[in-house]
Amino acid sequence: MDSHFLPLFVALPLLGAFLVPLLLKLAQELADVLANVIGALLVSVSVYGLLSQLWGTGTAVHWAGNWRFIGIAMVFDSLTALVVLTVNVVGFCALLYSVRYLGHYTARWKFYTLFLLMLAGLNGLAISGDLFNMFVFIEIAAVASYSLVAFGTEAEELEAGFKYMVLGEVGGAALLFGIALLYARASTLNLAHISQVLTPGTPLFWFVVATLLIGFAVKMAMVPFHAWLPDAHPSAPAPVSAMLSGVFIKVVGVYAMARLVFNVFGLSRELAPAFFNLLIGFGIVSIVAGGLLAYAQKDYKRLLAYSSISQIGYILVGLGIGNEWAIVGALFHVLAHAMGKGLLFLAAGSVDAQAGTRDLEKLRGLERTMPVTAWSHILGSLSLAGVPPFAGFFSKLFIIIGAIQARMYWLAVLAALFSAVTLGYLTRVVNRAFFSRKGEEPTPARESGGTMAIAMLLLVVLSVLGGILFVPVLDNVIRPAAQVLLNGTGYAGQILGGP
Amino acid sequence: MVAFLACVLLMLIGLYVVVAKRNIMKMVIGFSLMEYAVNLFFALVGFKKDALAPIITEQAQVRDLAARSFVDPVPQALVLTSIVIGLATTALMLALAMRIYEKYKTFDIAEIRRLKG
Repeated sequence: MDSHFLPLFVALPLLGAFLVPLLLKLAQELADVLANVIGALLVSVSVYGLLSQLWGTGTAVHWAGNWRFIGIAMVFDSLTALVVLTVNVVGFCALLYSVRYLGHYTARWKFYTLFLLMLAGLNGLAISGDLFNMFVFIEIAAVASYSLVAFGTEAEELEAGFKYMVLGEVGGAALLFGIALLYARASTLNLAHISQVLTPGTPLFWFVVATLLIGFAVKMAMVPFHAWLPDAHPSAPAPVSAMLSGVFIKVVGVYAMARLVFNVFGLSRELAPAFFNLLIGFGIVSIVAGGLLAYAQKDYKRLLAYSSISQIGYILVGLGIGNEWAIVGALFHVLAHAMGKGLLFLAAGSVDAQAGTRDLEKLRGLERTMPVTAWSHILGSLSLAGVPPFAGFFSKLFIIIGAIQARMYWLAVLAALFSAVTLGYLTRVVNRAFFSRKGEEPTPARESGGTMAIAMLLLVVLSVLGGILFVPVLDNVIRPAAQVLLNGTGYAGQILGGP
Repeated sequence: MVAFLACVLLMLIGLYVVVAKRNIMKMVIGFSLMEYAVNLFFALVGFKKDALAPIITEQAQVRDLAARSFVDPVPQALVLTSIVIGLATTALMLALAMRIYEKYKTFDIAEIRRLKG
């Protein structure tokens, strides 16, 4: 298969990040246009990649400099297709939303530059077939995200940015340490080669797994390592929050970990039940703690941030159960949660920008003054909470089916129960902020129009379509991606064995 | 082996400084320590006693088994990359620390807590 489109995923956003400050000299508006054109191009390249997977052309491998087996590998398989599609669709919606939203920020070109760098990092991580390149792209995305969190440069935002950065970089150091150990053992950095050379089960092997797990745990905000997330995600500008909560923690944390655990280390539930039970344990703690803490929040975006921790828990539980249905559910949840949470953060940003506050105690009756934002939020909440027929319902359903198949009935009950908790705290937002009791005056606000409304509606449509058309989505996107993970170390053959 | 353990010890000292110190400048220093420790560890992975730099010269060709007498160049390249990343992160961290000082008039992390929870 033609693999020359692969470097585009990194080259396009890097080019955009480079051109935006240059074009600034000509006209301010060009930055908006250029960033959105890049976003749209990235979506089309992702769709092209997905279609090429559907037409059965197999795993595409691009060796940098055409040095086969020696150069740095870029790999595009069905799992990558799912991840880049999620990244770029949410990224495009966030960029579209930014055009209007950034009105009250100065230096919007800096925002676009950093945002495109973050996209380059996330896309690069998804297509990388090389351990050290994964680390570099994680750091590119992370450094861009630290500065985006502190973008407003108010006291709270700087504080959140610093906290996020210190913890994120400790996680990064753990990752690099794990990579150094792995290199010492395998003497190669190519993921496919490592999986062939590595002998699982030795104490050193488990030490490497543990070190990497700590690094990824910080990046994805698993519960004992989550302290930075509820500060960082609400402090960022709304499109960045949508990107961080919707995509960043899943790509940098979950995707990278899943790729290494399943495809490189070749672990599976049969081989290493203890490790997978550990994942389930972390997942349950995240679901419970995130869900309960979300209830207690008064700040709209902070509530959503805790909810993200809880939803990451679902994905971890799905991966931890480790049979086909559960992994399908986990990957579907990656997609559904990215759309849903992205939408909710965009709606929260719209409320924040128009009503001037995120305090749920002060917001009233916004449904009358801001119908588009309100209904986007309500539909997004329903999807996230797992109400049929939205995308979020099916993802949780599949995780529960997986749990039942694995005879973990208590886990299925817990997952269903906390789905109700999710509905509970999201309904609380809807009741407080969007509807009002008789005689209460709505908070003065105007509907945020223009590209903000378009971006929100776009995500609403995708959330609804993901639910209604779940059969084609499942068969064409999710199931092949799950097959990649279930294939285990067969991944190496896909890369090295091809013509 | 002693050198590797010393690296790990250095890393733990860095981690201790990041976690235990209240001054955010000291936290940045602690992070740099961690970064250096990991880089040193990585460089040591490719180290070989009495070996040559991996450049083909006459001296290297004289020695038989040239391949065995070279150090592994890959970790050196990687450490170089990781030092550059470390530069970017340290610069950003210091920039944030300076802006925090402008806003809060203190470096004490215990007093920099306007965020609830």
